[in-house]
Amino acid sequence: MDKVFTSGNHCIAEAAIRAGCRCYFGYPITPQNELGEYMAANMRKVGGVFLQSESETAAINMVIGAASVGTRVLTSSSSPGVSLKQEGLSFLSGFEFPAVVVNMMRGGPGLGNIAPAQGDYFQATRGGGHGDYRTPVLAPASVQELADLTVKAFDLADKYRTPILLLGDGMMGQMKEPVVFPEPITGLPEKPWALKGRGDGASRYHASLILDSLEMERHNWKLVRKYREMAEKETLYELYMMEDADFVVVAYGTTARIAKGAIKRARKDGLKVGMVRPITLFPFPDKILQKVARQVKHFLVFEMSTGQMVEDVKMALDGLQTELSFHGRPGGVIPTPIEFSRVIHRYYRRMQK
Amino acid sequence: MELVNKWPKYYKQDVVTHYCPGCGHGIVHRIVAELLEEMDLGKQAYLVCPAGCAVLAYRYFDFDVIESAHGRGTAIATGAKRANPKLFVISYQGDGDLSAIGTAETIHSANRGENICVVFINNAVYGMTGGQMAPTSLIGQSTTTSPAGRNPDVDGYPLHITDVVAEFPGVTYAERVSVATPAGIRKTKKAIRNAFQTQVDGLGYSIVEVLSACPTNWKMDPVTSCKWIEEEMVKEYKPGLLTDKREERRKEKG
Ligand SMILES: Cc1ncc(C[n+]2csc(CCOP(=O)(O)OP(=O)(O)O)c2C)c(N)n1
Ligand code: SF4
Ligand SMILES: [Mg+2]
Repeated sequence: MDKVFTSGNHCIAEAAIRAGCRCYFGYPITPQNELGEYMAANMRKVGGVFLQSESETAAINMVIGAASVGTRVLTSSSSPGVSLKQEGLSFLSGFEFPAVVVNMMRGGPGLGNIAPAQGDYFQATRGGGHGDYRTPVLAPASVQELADLTVKAFDLADKYRTPILLLGDGMMGQMKEPVVFPEPITGLPEKPWALKGRGDGASRYHASLILDSLEMERHNWKLVRKYREMAEKETLYELYMMEDADFVVVAYGTTARIAKGAIKRARKDGLKVGMVRPITLFPFPDKILQKVARQVKHFLVFEMSTGQMVEDVKMALDGLQTELSFHGRPGGVIPTPIEFSRVIHRYYRRMQK
Repeated sequence: MELVNKWPKYYKQDVVTHYCPGCGHGIVHRIVAELLEEMDLGKQAYLVCPAGCAVLAYRYFDFDVIESAHGRGTAIATGAKRANPKLFVISYQGDGDLSAIGTAETIHSANRGENICVVFINNAVYGMTGGQMAPTSLIGQSTTTSPAGRNPDVDGYPLHITDVVAEFPGVTYAERVSVATPAGIRKTKKAIRNAFQTQVDGLGYSIVEVLSACPTNWKMDPVTSCKWIEEEMVKEYKPGLLTDKREERRKEKG
């Protein structure tokens, strides 16, 4: 397969089509409009459905409809729109329907701005809607990874019967890089639970309403078991320059890219810095952080927010003897590798004292 | 002797209804089940039930059913029908569901002319949550949130959403009926049959608004409730055909 030069938003759309996604529902919002536009241009060519909905709320409910009949389905948006999708995410989780939801985050709260930010981490990883559920979250850091993780998101969604969030930001969506697309899939997994009309068999229904509280409790714990299984089998992370590191940066997505530049600089100055880059944000790769804690003295969490993932790092390191600090640039500010390498220097010097 | 009144094939037998005595939902449920059998649509039927008293419709319907978040029925129906056009898709909704919280979904699914059927139960109150004022409540109607009667100065006017969508080019068939009398029940069945046939023929969106009793929240007995529909409700919501563009649509499609 040839390399093509493409933007993150186009890349997700193309990868989704190759992953067998045949329905896309969405409402325009910057900085992810190119995704829907690519779907508008290409989905119908493969016999699929593109529909520009009247709102993100409508879009996510159309997703529920398409998912319920067994179709691979995608919706995408950015922060304010993803807030409107929370109702549907809660229902998808309750129904245990597979779907992929993209959030190309922007500055907030409110309308905020259209610059890249990572302020929706809590919303994404905690289960941003009502009720006792979580959404698995994949956080790519390159256009190639957007392609690979889009395909993976559909597979995980089907395997675990859960909505999966693909969490990027304006930078991920807009930047162009060379990418090798996976070959289109040839078959879809069986979905015996999907509603296809009863035919000659028994009728079925899907309801999130569970009036019996003991039964509701059982359903809640069932979801938890599913998340635990995912934590065991599906947790993903990247280790960067960790062999001899005594100081580690924890960053995901765009900030991890910036951190790599900063770490290279710091390495030139002789600092033994490495990075753990969580790729799944939920399940969070806490085991590797605990392992790394035996090797390094200092953790520096770097986010384009006021500090959200840092709480997961804190929880992962609970009870362990290490130092933890945080550097954040919220609001759509894109920090530079130089800026961040200075931050690394500062904390590194402190650690050595 | 021939048994005339048979149990509908697509209605479960071993269940006790949760609907109150005199409630219109049960009547319309039976009509839907009968028609799916008569029109041989039960095998590919997919019905969206609403948040509202009909949320438990899957207890009775013996074909595939999905539940909807409050008001989102036609969005779910849109997603399902677009994803699998072979399904026969019905969105069953109450008046709070369809004309308050789900107004945007109602208007836009209608305007897109989705090839789905909407069965709209107008009982002029929020039944499930205990009889609060709905957009459809009559002027002067007393509800738990309009205890002194609906006052248009502060509460606005009864919303005629079926009349609104009937104006849309995308809406092929719209009719308002009532299940307050045996004649009305027969008309209701005929209207829903037309709506169903519209989808079967691929002619687009159809909606049937059914004026339906909620004795419990109206604080009336079932007989008085039916009278109230016949004497009061029909003054505001006149039963009749609101649009029938099936012939036009057929010509367009060739
Ligand atoms: C988002 C949301 N808001 C409120 C509710 C509570 N609720 C459930 S049903 C309902 C009203 C139902 O009234 P209607 O649609 O007229 O149906 P009926 O029960 O009268 O048949 C409300 C407000 C809900 N389930 N979800
Ligand atoms: S509350 Fe009203 S709508 Fe609900 S079941 Fe009872 S009579 Fe029917
Ligand atoms: Mg009602």
